Amino acid sequence: MLTRENLVNLVLAVLLLVVPLAAYASGQPFYVTLATRVAILALAATGLNLALGLGGLVSFGHAAFFGIGGYAAGILATHSFSGEPVLLGLPGTNQMLVIWLVAMLVAGITGLLIGLISLRTSGVYFIMITLAFAQMVYYFAISWPAYGGEDGLSILVRNQFPGVNTMKPLSFFLICYVVLIAALAFFVLIRNSRFGSALQAARQNEVRVATVGIAPYRIRLVAFAISAAMTGLAGALFADLNRFVSPSMLSWHMSGELIVLIILGGTGRLFGPLAGAALFVVFEYLLGGLTERWQFFLGLILLGTVLFARGGLLGLLAGKARHG
Amino acid sequence: MTLALALEQLLNGLQLGVMLFLMAAGLTLIFGVMGLINLAHGSLYMVGAFACAAVASATGSFWIGLVASLACAAAAGAIVELLVIRRLYDRDHLDQVLATFALILIFSEGTRWLFGSFPLYLDIPPLLQGAVALPGGAQYPLYRLAIIAAGALVAFGLYLLIGKTRLGMRIRAGESDREMIGALGVDIRTLYTVVFALGAALAGLAGAMVGALQSVQVGMGEPVLILAFVVIVIGGIGSIKGALLGALLVGVVDTMGRFLLPQMLALFVPPSQAGLIGGAAASMLIYVMMAIILAVKPRGLFPAAHA
Repeated sequence: MLTRENLVNLVLAVLLLVVPLAAYASGQPFYVTLATRVAILALAATGLNLALGLGGLVSFGHAAFFGIGGYAAGILATHSFSGEPVLLGLPGTNQMLVIWLVAMLVAGITGLLIGLISLRTSGVYFIMITLAFAQMVYYFAISWPAYGGEDGLSILVRNQFPGVNTMKPLSFFLICYVVLIAALAFFVLIRNSRFGSALQAARQNEVRVATVGIAPYRIRLVAFAISAAMTGLAGALFADLNRFVSPSMLSWHMSGELIVLIILGGTGRLFGPLAGAALFVVFEYLLGGLTERWQFFLGLILLGTVLFARGGLLGLLAGKARHG
Repeated sequence: MTLALALEQLLNGLQLGVMLFLMAAGLTLIFGVMGLINLAHGSLYMVGAFACAAVASATGSFWIGLVASLACAAAAGAIVELLVIRRLYDRDHLDQVLATFALILIFSEGTRWLFGSFPLYLDIPPLLQGAVALPGGAQYPLYRLAIIAAGALVAFGLYLLIGKTRLGMRIRAGESDREMIGALGVDIRTLYTVVFALGAALAGLAGAMVGALQSVQVGMGEPVLILAFVVIVIGGIGSIKGALLGALLVGVVDTMGRFLLPQMLALFVPPSQAGLIGGAAASMLIYVMMAIILAVKPRGLFPAAHA
């Protein structure tokens, strides 16, 4: 069905592919890296969008999962390089596919544990508790010196993907792009499933959902864990993009930024995170080029969006969301 | 481990707790009365510290700086309330989080713009320099004791203000039924501005007092803000009593944990490792405590009646 929103989405998806290809063809590899950043941030925010957009769970701690994914990649790569076993004699690896699996698993399990406690609360409590748990992970990463502590951890060589030279910016971008599109497809799958309907219904009216015999807590817990796993995957890719992991990936500014991406793009919409991430990275690049005080203006823009343009970029381009 | 050292750490914990209370009291008041979650509260703390440091270095008097910090933080709070916060009361928490997050960016970069990236330093006033002998023979800085006393005084003052005055009565009425007190003819918009400015002044006071213990720099409010969140979540959002007990609990547990955990671990593992593991575990201790308290009481120790 070709609605206006679908058309805008299609244009966004094609643009994200065409712009770096054109940049590469005209010998501007820097823009390829910028586009990779957009794709990865969009993936992370799509993960959060599952919880926040569909489930109405305002998690202010998704940086924890992002960072955990990043550290999973960094730690496995370090052990693969040094040859020492990670844990219980299991070796490290530099294979992206394995790293992704581990990153999603660890982030997902952490999400499950954090969700177990946090989801007992709601509203402001939920916001603050997710924030506090993310800080707990952050301080742990800072005070645990084995993997760099405050200084972070470098990945000497970008991890491998079968049949692809990941050190080439364009190849790595294409990997990230495919992962993002797969994640968006997965998001649609979930949104249209029975599970997704229950999740959205629990956001709209918790009591009714409970009355028809569905436990909102369990639905939300599963959604939260899936959301954490997806953000963790993005973290692993982000670590490979920068070939560096540091506690700043876990900081609460990161959590705030992920929410910002969703709101800039349009809350609860499939392509909201991508639109938001593109907007954010372009702002960062353009404003950052003009003034080193770009965060000041980012703050103003953000404030303006929240106060006056509540639908975000997609709200402007594609009209109001069809469901509330 | 000597008794004197333990006592010293306990006092440090109390001092941290008192400071957290000043932050948490404002946060919890603002949430209780206006239903607003304010991430920019840490920025007001920073405003207080910078105002105090700048004025104190210009005039040479810490005390004038302290007054300036109260005035600047309250004024910043009132301006922000009038321009931005006012529009957020009937929005959902997500919008509030985002708008106040944007305010943090604006405040932090704005401060960096005005004062540069280098930290400012604030000296302890001559009156409060020096140390006091503790039982057991250790020396304890007088200034830290003064912070504890000031915090206790503010807590008592808040208790009087909220429990015994007309303004306090309105604040309590605002907490229990916003529409009703509006209908009864109380100017609710002004009341909101006053409450917000009061919370801001408390945060500014905390910032100014702590500014003399550590360097005054951009971003100094953020770790404190998050601890204050932990405090009000533990204490029950909207409850001043909860904020006080939560703040003391967090302050003492955090400080004593950092002091005791490595020593306790040293009984079981080699000292070098004990310091490492103990340090990492201690930095997580209050969050674990929060998780346990929430698992038992999801609304905190002293849940406010309405929330």
